[in-house]
Amino acid sequence: MKRKTFLRSAAAAASIAAVAALTACGGGGDTGAAAGDGGGGDTISIGFSQVGAESGWRAANTKSIQDTLTAENGFELSFSDAQQKQENQIQAIRSYIAQGMDVIAFSPVVETGWDAVLQEAKNAGIPVILTDRAVDTEDDSLYESFIGSDFVLEGERAGQWVAENFDGQGLKMVELQGTTGSAPAIDRKEGFAKAVEGTDIELIDSQTGDFTRAGGKQVMEGFLNSHDQIDLVFAHNDDMGLGAIEAIEAAGLTPGEDIKIVTIDAVKDGMQALADGKINYIVECNPMLGEDLAEVAKKVVAGEEVEKRIVVEDAEFTQEQAAEALPTREY
Amino acid sequence: MNRILKSRLLWPLVALAALLLACTVRRPDILGITVLDGHLFGAPIDILRNSAPLLLVALGMTLVIATRGIDLSVGATVAIAGAVAMTFIASSPDPGSVGTAVGAVVVALGLCLVLGLWNGFLVSSLGIQPIIATLILMTAGRGVAMLITGGQITTVNSAPFAQLASGFWLGLPVAALIAYGVYGVVALLVRRTALGMLLESVGINPKASRLAGVKARTLTWTVYALSGLFAGLAGLIFASNTMAADANNAGLFIELDAILAVVIGGTALSGGKFNLGGTLVGVLVITTLTLTVTVLGVSPLVTPLFKAIVVVAVTLLQSPRLRATLAGLGRTRPQEVRA
Repeated sequence: MKRKTFLRSAAAAASIAAVAALTACGGGGDTGAAAGDGGGGDTISIGFSQVGAESGWRAANTKSIQDTLTAENGFELSFSDAQQKQENQIQAIRSYIAQGMDVIAFSPVVETGWDAVLQEAKNAGIPVILTDRAVDTEDDSLYESFIGSDFVLEGERAGQWVAENFDGQGLKMVELQGTTGSAPAIDRKEGFAKAVEGTDIELIDSQTGDFTRAGGKQVMEGFLNSHDQIDLVFAHNDDMGLGAIEAIEAAGLTPGEDIKIVTIDAVKDGMQALADGKINYIVECNPMLGEDLAEVAKKVVAGEEVEKRIVVEDAEFTQEQAAEALPTREY
Repeated sequence: MNRILKSRLLWPLVALAALLLACTVRRPDILGITVLDGHLFGAPIDILRNSAPLLLVALGMTLVIATRGIDLSVGATVAIAGAVAMTFIASSPDPGSVGTAVGAVVVALGLCLVLGLWNGFLVSSLGIQPIIATLILMTAGRGVAMLITGGQITTVNSAPFAQLASGFWLGLPVAALIAYGVYGVVALLVRRTALGMLLESVGINPKASRLAGVKARTLTWTVYALSGLFAGLAGLIFASNTMAADANNAGLFIELDAILAVVIGGTALSGGKFNLGGTLVGVLVITTLTLTVTVLGVSPLVTPLFKAIVVVAVTLLQSPRLRATLAGLGRTRPQEVRA
């Protein structure tokens, strides 16, 4: 109880500070717009609420948004970090509504529970754009567009590569799942299973590693102790795959050779491991959503029609391609 | 026989044995230990190594609880230790050198000691209730860790630092040697000297013990400082395990696991008598539980429920009142026969 109250007052203090900062920004924006009336070209004020800073992927995603929605590109960005709490995110969105932002964008922490606050935004006439993750709502008029990767497709592509390269060898596979109940975990599992259906690859065990390195390592240790033979690991993200590599090495086996590893994300550390031959294949989950977001935001403000679902292009990498791409890769 | 049955440690030990047995039923050779590349390898070794951070945190927690306190900030301290060490190594000119690794350890432990002293100051000198005093660092600590890492997950490559969690010495994992070594030293200190008794007296009645000449304030201060230091050590092992500092997730809820381990071990949260041996068993039960879940192939969806059932069963069996009731039931039956 005490903790709740403390958190609440801390959050309240933070939101007051945020509002104060926004007022300052808004003021600056107004003068900018007023000056712009003479020269032409208004700036678009956009409030963005990020999930948090839980992974390398998220950090790259944040950087992409901050680097694209700049004053030079005609944006006035107010950025807030929800530290993986829906409560914080709803507060941020409310303060953006109160400030009368032109556009609100956010990556929802969880899928459900957004109807009320999105309705408030709609009533205030502020368009909402979702990035990376979707919300689960009956009324899809509550948001303009959802920009993000297709998680099912990512799992499917990983599965296809496995099926093409390893079918017919009777491999035994284990799976490191993402956070139980999260959209990427559910969808990647589904896509992968669909792609390897009908092959002789056998899924012998599947357990959650919570998308973290420590989780991946501990679960893999358990797998190695409880199965005589494991030939293949499918990890729902790079971090768990990296954890599995450590567990495999500790067991005296060679990751990438004795046990093949396939992951999704393609963050820097993962790509490095791929180039080093410790991972066999990575399907990218593209974090560079900034440009798509900028384009959609401009269209929405101009009153143009936008697509309800915009799928971001994902690449995929073999070991050779990773070694080539690594020096020029931004994240 | 009666004495064994009355021991509070009996049921946690039974639970531990049952968990291991369940693993063995599924995989008969799981408890086997083999020699691999000159060190021991196998599930029991994994349990020892994975229990190291929790054992350190629970050890500090036991001492704090013995003085009728509680330390909620250990999880945040774990995150801070990892963040400081990783950032120190990442920003040094020579990340791979032994000197850098030692420097990182010293700086991180130093800071964690200061954090522990801060908690001790709030509790012993300002008289703030322990749960409130340590709550401050619990809520603020992860923010501090985020500040240190700049909101990123800092990853480094440093072979000497990696030894902390992945290394072996005399065939045994370094992490386990550190944790069990610290445990041994503390156990000797509190049980072979009067220190343990003094701690208990502070926990039972701080005022009376102060009037009796026990330096209650210094003792209280010391246990919080130790708790911070041990949590820092746990944080270093944690960070070394993955060679990454994750300010959000490192040591998340470890304070609750530690309190659980202490309670399973038979130390009452009301302070006073404490049981270090029990804490060790509690730590092993919690760590083995994680392995059991994997070996048995419990679905991730019901894993929390499975863990909860085991914990509830252990604590219920430990409850003196429930056991008395059960024993009472056993006794009434023959009377019914006579009637």
